[in-house]
Amino acid sequence: MSAAADVGIVVVGASLAGLRGAEALRRNGYAGRLTLIGDEPHRPYDRPPLSKHVLSGELAPDSTELPLLVTLDADWRLGHAAVGLDRVARNIRLADGAVLAYEKLLIATGAQARPWPAASGGALANIFTLRGRDDAARLRAALARGPRRVLIVGAGLIGCEAASCCRALGLPVTLVDPNPTPLARSLGTWIGGVIAECLKDSGVAFHPGAQVLRFEGDASGRVVRADLADGRTIEADLVIVALGATRATDWLRDAGLMADAGGVTCDGACRAVASDGTATGDIYAAGDVARWPIALYGGRLFSVEHWGNAVAQGAHAARNMLAPADDQHSYDHLPAFWSSQFGINIKAVGLSEGADSVAIVQGSRASRRFLAVYGRAGRSIAAVSFDQARWLPAYAEAIMAGSPYPPIREASDQGLFVTTAPGFPPPRPAHRSDEARHG
Amino acid sequence: MADDTLFSEVLDPANRADPYPIYARLRENPVSPQRDGSIVVSTHAAIRSLIFDPRLSSEDLPPSHRPRTGNLLKDWLLNPIKDRIATAHRPLIFRDPPDHDILRSVVMREFTVARVQALKQRVVRDVDTLIDACRGRDEVCLVEDLSYPLPVAVICDMLGVPEADEPQFQIWATQLATALEPDARHDQASRHRTVAAFDAISGYMRALIREKRRHPASDMLSALAAPGPRGQAVMGDFDLISTAILLLVAGHETTVNLITNGMLTLLRHPLELDRLRADPERAPRVIEELLRYEPPVHFRTRKALGAIEIAGHTIRKGAPVILLFAAANRDPVRFVDPDRFDPDREDIQHFGFGGGLHYCMGAPLARIEAEIALVALCRRLVAPRLMVDPPPYRPGASLRGPERLGIGINGIAAHPT
Amino acid sequence: MTHSTETVSSRTTPLRVVVDLNRCQGYAQCCYAAPGAFEVRGHEILFYDPAPPRARRGEIERAVQACPVCAISLQADSGETP
Repeated sequence: MSAAADVGIVVVGASLAGLRGAEALRRNGYAGRLTLIGDEPHRPYDRPPLSKHVLSGELAPDSTELPLLVTLDADWRLGHAAVGLDRVARNIRLADGAVLAYEKLLIATGAQARPWPAASGGALANIFTLRGRDDAARLRAALARGPRRVLIVGAGLIGCEAASCCRALGLPVTLVDPNPTPLARSLGTWIGGVIAECLKDSGVAFHPGAQVLRFEGDASGRVVRADLADGRTIEADLVIVALGATRATDWLRDAGLMADAGGVTCDGACRAVASDGTATGDIYAAGDVARWPIALYGGRLFSVEHWGNAVAQGAHAARNMLAPADDQHSYDHLPAFWSSQFGINIKAVGLSEGADSVAIVQGSRASRRFLAVYGRAGRSIAAVSFDQARWLPAYAEAIMAGSPYPPIREASDQGLFVTTAPGFPPPRPAHRSDEARHG
Repeated sequence: MADDTLFSEVLDPANRADPYPIYARLRENPVSPQRDGSIVVSTHAAIRSLIFDPRLSSEDLPPSHRPRTGNLLKDWLLNPIKDRIATAHRPLIFRDPPDHDILRSVVMREFTVARVQALKQRVVRDVDTLIDACRGRDEVCLVEDLSYPLPVAVICDMLGVPEADEPQFQIWATQLATALEPDARHDQASRHRTVAAFDAISGYMRALIREKRRHPASDMLSALAAPGPRGQAVMGDFDLISTAILLLVAGHETTVNLITNGMLTLLRHPLELDRLRADPERAPRVIEELLRYEPPVHFRTRKALGAIEIAGHTIRKGAPVILLFAAANRDPVRFVDPDRFDPDREDIQHFGFGGGLHYCMGAPLARIEAEIALVALCRRLVAPRLMVDPPPYRPGASLRGPERLGIGINGIAAHPT
Repeated sequence: MTHSTETVSSRTTPLRVVVDLNRCQGYAQCCYAAPGAFEVRGHEILFYDPAPPRARRGEIERAVQACPVCAISLQADSGETP
């Protein structure tokens, strides 16, 4: 145990998964040395409000610091990015050259916003991505200056939430997405059509099926317009690029782990898998960065970029880190997310990817208050509620149990059961298709 | 072999003072079919699962005028009084979505934070006055001295019922609450009284609503009766009357029980009483633990609209399902040492206010009343002690609480500053 | 360089609150318990202040207790500051 006291456990990534993982280590009785490394200078903060109430100006960007739920008694290395991992020597190299030894390691480095390529105008001023607190602060300040038109590229959850906020601020907004509706990738075009109606009602100029080729700037290097693939141009003096995220795994390039922009591959117990395909015994991963086989979905690998996964997986990995090799619990988590936009509370459970059918099972699409279930090959795989969260747990249970599609019949407020094609866009190129993304 | 008559033991008034051992036996089969065809659900996990299940309906059973069968539960389920109330006036606790959701959101829009906050001062004042009135006595009769008069005054204030009519409301509310009870003592005379009370209160409400429309005030009934944006009332009179009656009845008996059970529990746990007296900031924890340990509503009934697989059992379509919330609150699988009253529990996820979309609308008000009353009682009653333990209980098995609670005292302390 | 372990509970630092909005079902009990810090918008969107002033501690604790689904977390008083 003296080795543990001297070296101890290192958590790389001081956001939600890292923090909740560290807390779980302490809660499970780990008394040794604990180090948390974060590339941002900030204490762990909560991200979901950034694209909502921080953009709207109701919350200050630095107000969403996460509560510490147990006494961590940890060494915090904030503002120090990890740049390398040596699995043989069991140490981590930081950007400032420091080398930190570990006995066990939790990788929770999360993801980073997919930027717009510089070659196509990405370096122009007033083009923003939205991932971290500093991003949100910069974007909020720019919105407060009252741009003439905001262009949002990507109608996923972040893009739609940003559009909703901008309209609430009274700003003219154009939203562009290659798919026929917003949220096409996470919810399909049939449900996404409801949000398309909300966009219309709130005055967002939505261009479906459109692709931005490049941004153009003025003499001072500020963005002024976007050129679309179909030859149209959109005048805009502020651009939000909301094209999802890539996993923060660059620092693991030479570590001999199965890791790429799609995540760090783990086994079912959150243990990182080495390049030779064997699970490591001392390295775990959790949160956005982890990619693991989900038994419920045929053991396929997914990385799940959701708040609830960061909390649950961080704690689960921590539990396994302290347990002997023959007592590793498998991580059985039903992915779930929420979003609020255009006054509607959207909550979803399960992974809708690959669904071949969808049906409203409670409420009605017309009222924009409903619960819809997604099916695949006769099995219920996911559900989404629009302002109808109270029934969602019953459907989550049914999905966990692998119930047939539709799972619950003869229920109250259930109209004629009409099943429809969900309308998912074709999958993206290989490594991207495994991401359960916001959007 | 599971005992399929356990629920009739729950209904038996002889077990009113301590139904918990029966609940423990029921929990051995989380889903217990009873001989009469009803299903009793008693574990935390099973109830948690069912309250979110849209196949469980709150729509009341279809009307029936069958004669009494001699079976307590069956009679209750087919109770013609309930039929009449359910068909003539169906308040939202007996409705499913979308009607339920629409009515509820209309009510909740008026059940504002500001309205509830504004009642706080009134509760403080009333509690002090009621306790002051016990000066010079060596015994407080908690139910009639405080638990009973307080909630009716508060709900009448919120609704906008003139104070002079409060005593009449108290009588109606008490009588109407019996319609929820599957109790053998519902004799013919009591049924007639319930019908009469119902007719009387409906007539009263109709007149009051007319009055509120003529002279709107800041109360909730005025707001609910006011014309909406299109000139029409948001709720029709039919729903408005049943909603007003519901708020009155539901906001009444339950709070009486919460306060009385609360004081009874504290008197049985003197250490906790002392701690609350010394540190009123403990009150929120104490109240939540009370809602788990001695909830004001022990069970509610639903109906299965379709077959439901749960805990290895199939609830058949059409079966009456009894959600035994008070048993789930003592489930050892969910709570460590569940029969211990312990306000310092890590998390107290109870069903004291039910759960799911029928979660008690009046919960915030109940919490405020209970907190203010219990803290004041602990601080002002000098050397309080139970006169009779267990106290006599009212007949209700669901809305369960003492009929009288004598508390011996050595005087009333001045109002603590 | 931040590299320290210390325990701080300053009077000026705000409270730290987070709500698990997967769990939240819009019961709105927190809004009654701590009206300045929690608000339900529309049918079931919860808006809350993640950094309410320390003076609100009592109210926030009430909200934590009152939540039917135990979705609200509040940092204990002797928080640790990295």
